[in-house]
Amino acid sequence: MEMYKITSDEIDVNQVITSVIRPEAGAINTFIGTVREFTGNKQTVSLQYEAYPSMAEKQLKRIGIEIREKWPNVQTSIVHRIGKLAISDMAVVIAVASPHRAESYEASRYAIERIKEIVPIWKKEYWTDGEEWIGDQLENTSYKNRVPKEEKE
Amino acid sequence: MITVLFFAKQQEQLGLDKLERAESQLAVAELKQKLIEDYPELSLDHTMTAINEEYADEDQMINDQDIVAFIPPVSGG
Repeated sequence: MEMYKITSDEIDVNQVITSVIRPEAGAINTFIGTVREFTGNKQTVSLQYEAYPSMAEKQLKRIGIEIREKWPNVQTSIVHRIGKLAISDMAVVIAVASPHRAESYEASRYAIERIKEIVPIWKKEYWTDGEEWIGDQLENTSYKNRVPKEEKE
Repeated sequence: MITVLFFAKQQEQLGLDKLERAESQLAVAELKQKLIEDYPELSLDHTMTAINEEYADEDQMINDQDIVAFIPPVSGG
């Protein structure tokens, strides 16, 4: 049973993986996003994730639907943690199960990129020398144009 | 009556996470304009809007009882 969840608890990776297991799958790809200490010269002490949880879970589910349209027979689960996280804590876990390995890599990559576009979750970095809400991590187009009703090409 | 939700930086700019407003039957862009006038400290640049948890265009109408959320650039993952 696919999971699309925002949680303030530590993420149970095995539970996310188990949720996509099924007999038709020949591959399960797991992506884990963790809290990085250094971004360039900036040293992160901790960070805070905030979400609009009910809408975020709907958007995670939508990503799962988009993946199913692109790669039929793929099962996806996504769990994102919110609240205060320390260096190396797991912020997001994505598990993708597919009949063959290629789709599981592609779908996993698609999921994390879409999370950074359409899911209402925000990160506040606490640096050694200040704090800042982070936005527009992709920085390739203006934000306004990045939240299309239909899928990006 | 409509409910307006704020997150992240905008929540800090306003010092609150939620507003109740008497008006309805107005477009998203009109509400944004009114809020910027009422709260000069608030910036809604590069901000998407959701109505009842679905992304909405600038010209979409807001109806009575709707929950409007402003979504500044997201940074999950």
